[in-house]
Amino acid sequence: MNHPEAAKKFVKDEQRTTWHDQSLWFVRTKRDKSSKSLPEWEELRNMASAIKANVLSHLDEYLEEFERNAQANGVTVHWAKDAEEHNRIVHSILAKHRVKRLVKSKSMLTEECHLNPHLEQQGIEVIDTDLGERIVQLANEPPSHIVMPAIHKKKEEIGELFAKTIGTEPGAKDPQYLTEAARQHLREKFLAADAAITGVNFAIAETGGVVVCTNEGNADMGVHLAPVHIACMGMEKIIPKAEHLGVFLRLLARSATGQPITTYSSHFHKPRAGTEMHIVIVDNGRSEHLGQEDFRRALHCIRCGACMNTCPIYRRSGGHSYGYTVPGPIGSIIAPARNLKANHTLPFASTLCGSCSNVCPVKIDIHDQLYKWRQVIAKKKEVPLSKQLAMKVAGRVFANPGLYRMLGKVGRKVLRLPLKPLIYNPLNTWGKARDLPEAPKQSFREWYLENYPKNGK
Amino acid sequence: MGSREQILARVKKNKPEGMPLPSVKFFEEYASENLVQAFSEVLEGVGGKVVSVSGYAEAKQQILGCYPDKKNVGSSIPELEMGGLTLDAIDDPHALHQLDLMLVKGEVGVAENGAIWVSENSLSHRVSPFITEHLAIVLEKEKLVWNMHQAYSREEVCLEGYGVFIAGPSKTADIEQSLVIGAHGPRSLLVVLI
Repeated sequence: MNHPEAAKKFVKDEQRTTWHDQSLWFVRTKRDKSSKSLPEWEELRNMASAIKANVLSHLDEYLEEFERNAQANGVTVHWAKDAEEHNRIVHSILAKHRVKRLVKSKSMLTEECHLNPHLEQQGIEVIDTDLGERIVQLANEPPSHIVMPAIHKKKEEIGELFAKTIGTEPGAKDPQYLTEAARQHLREKFLAADAAITGVNFAIAETGGVVVCTNEGNADMGVHLAPVHIACMGMEKIIPKAEHLGVFLRLLARSATGQPITTYSSHFHKPRAGTEMHIVIVDNGRSEHLGQEDFRRALHCIRCGACMNTCPIYRRSGGHSYGYTVPGPIGSIIAPARNLKANHTLPFASTLCGSCSNVCPVKIDIHDQLYKWRQVIAKKKEVPLSKQLAMKVAGRVFANPGLYRMLGKVGRKVLRLPLKPLIYNPLNTWGKARDLPEAPKQSFREWYLENYPKNGK
Repeated sequence: MGSREQILARVKKNKPEGMPLPSVKFFEEYASENLVQAFSEVLEGVGGKVVSVSGYAEAKQQILGCYPDKKNVGSSIPELEMGGLTLDAIDDPHALHQLDLMLVKGEVGVAENGAIWVSENSLSHRVSPFITEHLAIVLEKEKLVWNMHQAYSREEVCLEGYGVFIAGPSKTADIEQSLVIGAHGPRSLLVVLI
């Protein structure tokens, strides 16, 4: 995927771009209000970040401890080295139970592994039950945001989609009505399901249990009715102790949507009597990522989405423009760690303003990593030739003060010439969304020497 | 070598140098002086309703007052026999689909976010607080704590089997950020403080 190409398509519709931008900014402001209500917010972020750093530095031990305790609870633990093995394991569990109908609550991991098409090919009906995820599933699209999967869709479009797929009144667009229709539609699916899959927000090494957070209650509806529960987790979801849940649950929802906590924080430790519980621990590139010193902190992520809601690029280019399961700033540092070739445009989808790092509840140095990725990519010559040459020339100029001053003088003169046709032509992509500045009379250096002659050399 | 061993070996090889585990602070100094008031305000802010009563008899009256016409009522609170469904006689949780109102006991309440701990120790069916159309949780006032750190240090919040923090009725804002109460679970939540 090429971010600038995909983003270009999105921004063509100016009204929609503005609407998308404002929807996400609204969520960002709710996060601000909520985080500022806690005087200890910054201390909580520090604590969360330190806990995650400890987790990564003992990850193998915590994983083994988690496995041991989960097994003692009567849970079957599986290990998958990649997406393919994950999908195979899940399918084999479902096949053993002759599962025909499966309900899923939100799991970005199963999106990452493309589980749904794998199961559907083998004749299993897979129903995503989070409303946002159901919407994008019915529309045959991936989620565009990790917390609000259908944030890019307008209610009129959802109304039209529901009319076609689940039989709502044509033309209906009232969110209350559409949600009620989805409730009825999905209630039938819950009651008929043979198995339930959930993601995992936190896996506790000390107790061998997993915590799943939802607002809708869909994870619980699925799990408590079906005879089989499969929880799929990326291996970085581990936290050492139950007491650490206090730290993360205080940060997660406040960062994500501004809520003080999600409606449901469900703690699964043992299967209910007469049923089975499975946990699939997935690597899929994470253990390699762990070895990249500059980039491993991206594995702290708790998937709140705050960096997306604040990002000026995400807000104006939409989640689909990233072409990766996790979009936005965090996705732009995870994706190249997993597959640099496929995702080399993503670290450039940023202004490096640093807002993502400032809102991150686990203090990932997102914008620093974006900058470091750019350097890696430039060294590998994955940037377009025009940019490579321009950077080379700029580097020469900036390294030579005399040349820099001389070109500045020329530039100020040239800017006063009638240049419009030169700038605004199809060959110059820079000119597409930019206007030339007015040329100042003198450079900053000239002004400084004139006004502070004593300080100048 | 199986996947498990491969993964663990790679993690061992690639993990950074040992970092210390910080001790968790409780931030009790920021606690509100009036936990009942703080809890009630937050819970009403997330769409719940809170009433205060003096005992179980009054609790029953309040619940009947809020939900006068509910036919299928389930209760897993021994002190609140509503004469509705006998939950223990039901084997298949799917049968609870008909539940209009469910009464469950809350074990710890958290004032900072309105969350209430409900565990399977006080539920005959795990699905009952979710599948019901409306939910009432009865919670003793003395079970209120200020924040999540304190909640996890309480022995009631024991992580075995199944337990859940519930903060408000089920909801979603997945269609254009419009808040809709009653996504898959209860359409309303009444919390009765005793």
